[in-house]
Amino acid sequence: MLQETTPLRMKPAITLEGISKSFPGVKALSDVSLSLYPGSVTALIGENGAGKSTLVKILTGIYQPDGGTIRVNGIETQFPTAMAASRHGVTAIHQETVLFDELSVAENIFLGHAPRNRFGLIDWKTLNGNARELLARVGADIDPTIRLRDLGIANKHMVAIARALSIDAGVVIMDEPTAALSHKEIHELYELIDRLKADGKAILFISHKFDEIFRIADRYTVFRDGGMVGEGLIADVDQDRLVKMMVGRDVGQVFPKVDVDIGEPVLTVSGYRHPTEFEDIHFELRRGEILGFYGLIGAGRSEFMQSLIGITRPSAGAVKLDGKVLVIRSPAEAIEAGIVYVPEERGRQGAIIGLSIFQNVTLPSLHRTSRSGFLKLANEFALAREYTQRLDLRAASLDQDVGTLSGGNQQKVVIAKWLATQPKVIILDEPTKGIDIGSKAAVHAFMSELAGQGLSVIMVSSEIPEIMGMADRVIVMREGRIAGRFERSELTAEKLVRAAAGIVEAA
Amino acid sequence: MAEAHLSPRIIPDRLRSRSSRALKSWESLLLVVALLIFAFNSFASPYFLDPWNLSDATFNFTEKALIAFAMALVIISGEIDLSVASIIALTSTAMGLAVTMGADTPVLVLVGLGTGLLCGMVNGLLITGLGLPSIVVTIGTMSLFRGLSFIILGDKAYTGYPESFAFFGQGYVWWVFSFELALFVVTAIVFGVLLHKTNFGRSVYAIGNNQTAALFSGVRVGRVKFILFLLTGLMAGIASICLTSRLGSTRPSIALGVELEVVTMVVLGGVSILGGSGTIPGVVLAAFIMGMVTFGFGLLNVPGIVMSIFIGVLLISVIALPILWSRARRRMAH
Repeated sequence: MLQETTPLRMKPAITLEGISKSFPGVKALSDVSLSLYPGSVTALIGENGAGKSTLVKILTGIYQPDGGTIRVNGIETQFPTAMAASRHGVTAIHQETVLFDELSVAENIFLGHAPRNRFGLIDWKTLNGNARELLARVGADIDPTIRLRDLGIANKHMVAIARALSIDAGVVIMDEPTAALSHKEIHELYELIDRLKADGKAILFISHKFDEIFRIADRYTVFRDGGMVGEGLIADVDQDRLVKMMVGRDVGQVFPKVDVDIGEPVLTVSGYRHPTEFEDIHFELRRGEILGFYGLIGAGRSEFMQSLIGITRPSAGAVKLDGKVLVIRSPAEAIEAGIVYVPEERGRQGAIIGLSIFQNVTLPSLHRTSRSGFLKLANEFALAREYTQRLDLRAASLDQDVGTLSGGNQQKVVIAKWLATQPKVIILDEPTKGIDIGSKAAVHAFMSELAGQGLSVIMVSSEIPEIMGMADRVIVMREGRIAGRFERSELTAEKLVRAAAGIVEAA
Repeated sequence: MAEAHLSPRIIPDRLRSRSSRALKSWESLLLVVALLIFAFNSFASPYFLDPWNLSDATFNFTEKALIAFAMALVIISGEIDLSVASIIALTSTAMGLAVTMGADTPVLVLVGLGTGLLCGMVNGLLITGLGLPSIVVTIGTMSLFRGLSFIILGDKAYTGYPESFAFFGQGYVWWVFSFELALFVVTAIVFGVLLHKTNFGRSVYAIGNNQTAALFSGVRVGRVKFILFLLTGLMAGIASICLTSRLGSTRPSIALGVELEVVTMVVLGGVSILGGSGTIPGVVLAAFIMGMVTFGFGLLNVPGIVMSIFIGVLLISVIALPILWSRARRRMAH
């Protein structure tokens, strides 16, 4: 079958027009439009938090847009469920493929639409035969009868793609498909994408890696802060232009960065490594300093921070606090030593919903508020009031369940909780992710104040403005290693993005 | 922005007073139920209000309640211990064995406490050390501990406990107040203080509501859970001393199925089977209710199998009711 090679003359397979989506306190997408053409690969580019995942979820029927229209082959339609999106031929292959480990390869491919025999039972012979055929089409040499869990990640991707073909998808979304693949496997994936293109599939390809975008994509669309900032043919742009589109923004936020006299080293980390998550991490943190950790999601930043406080054990490495060697085996010991970690996943790791505000705040400090193991409520209320007030918490009473607060106020409670332990070093992991702009400002102001009081702050952030606005120094991590170190004076958004994406030379 | 209007700069400690909160609680509902059953029983049978009869009635719940207090903490922490009845059996068997070797009362008590603790330790190590789910581990040890009793005892029974040993299950502290009832009161106070007034108790609630966040907040999750299983083993050991003393004999089938009555008592007391909430006063009231219902059935000559049906229905209803209630409320909100 012959395909038209210039996609612009073709009718789009799917078109999004004026799509908007808000979550409480956050505008994830505003008035976004996107068209995908048969036989063409469109790269979707943007920083973490630019709205790419939200768009994918709308395309696959997981989220409902607040406004805008979706057209499939020109006909306006809606995807109220994931099932509906799939019926309209839209399928997604995720970073972590959503398949079923305990089922066979063939069952995974045909889950939900397996061929039946005349008794209404699954027709295993046809099932396995069809699966074999589809796997051959994607060029994967996999026995369809083995269990999925016995496959490597690359082959799981192949199964996911075979599944996409099995529902005869016209639109295939690939969300960072190469994130976990080896060099050779990536190559095989490229060949497969070429075959899918030849088959006339419209492909949306999400990636942070510019080399693969230029290798595989025909068109590009750039998102920033939930809006579309540019689109066109890949042939018409270069890397520099794309990077500028990704990060170049009008500075709508003013960061309350205060100049602080940076003192002696407080925390020294050397030779830190972990068998799978990170390698050779070493740095110094000084008194009054805010050290930014930038990187893409999955660069190993959170994993490293969590090993610092004893959640996971590193395979090697040393930590010195105030010149003394520390061995930390649990968060309890970290808190005792004066290192606290405010986790990224507020709902899962930070706030204890079901307990009240004051009980949340005092949990790590109970040994200070209590007397010989017995609770002293008056002390607890005093401590909770002191720290929640410093963070400008908005709540009706300290006795209120923390689950009744907005995301931003929950985050204030969570930060208050760890600050109340009076740490020497505070690690904030994505401290303003998913909270409203007002709470963001309060958190930033407080961070500055803390540094001014001589606390040392590590701020893990994937938001470039936050990193540029708050950090004295920045360490960029990529694939578990330190990929760059920058002083505040030499910081540019381009440098950060390049280091994080592993672009060596300026194109 | 609605929040901004509500919030004064100084956030008050509490909005509602403790008394207004207490009025709307599950515990006050239980109190009403307890009073109703009490009234019903005293009308239904002329023998009910006799002090000695009432005293006898307490034996229906004291031993189970001793375990229920520890079980309440375990369930609040998000775990469960289904091996308690088998711990009673193994402990009783160990004491019986000690009797045949000529042990006297103080040694028997030590053997009882020690066996209970040991069983709790096995549970605790498997659950916190190896990270296995408690429901699986304790179903396993439920069979294991009871199986050991059967192997040791076969179809025999140990009797011949020393006379002084009878005090724990048959003795009275003052007038109609039995040793078991006194122990029940003391244990209720100890566990009430432990859960509601100590750092340890707060940790239990924190773990039950969000184990990961509790760990990140410096709660020593493994240690707390280990202690909880140890305590449950110990309380089952104490319950076994009382029960063995009261019966004066040990058979391997002793206390068969008691774990379900204990769990029912805890859940009826308002402890969420999903963990995270519940109180000791609630469990105390639930113990009274279950004891009085059993006693009332006895006075009315209701057969034991009906009692078993009643426990089953009760267990399902107290778990289902709060869920149905919150669903109904949500529907009304729409």
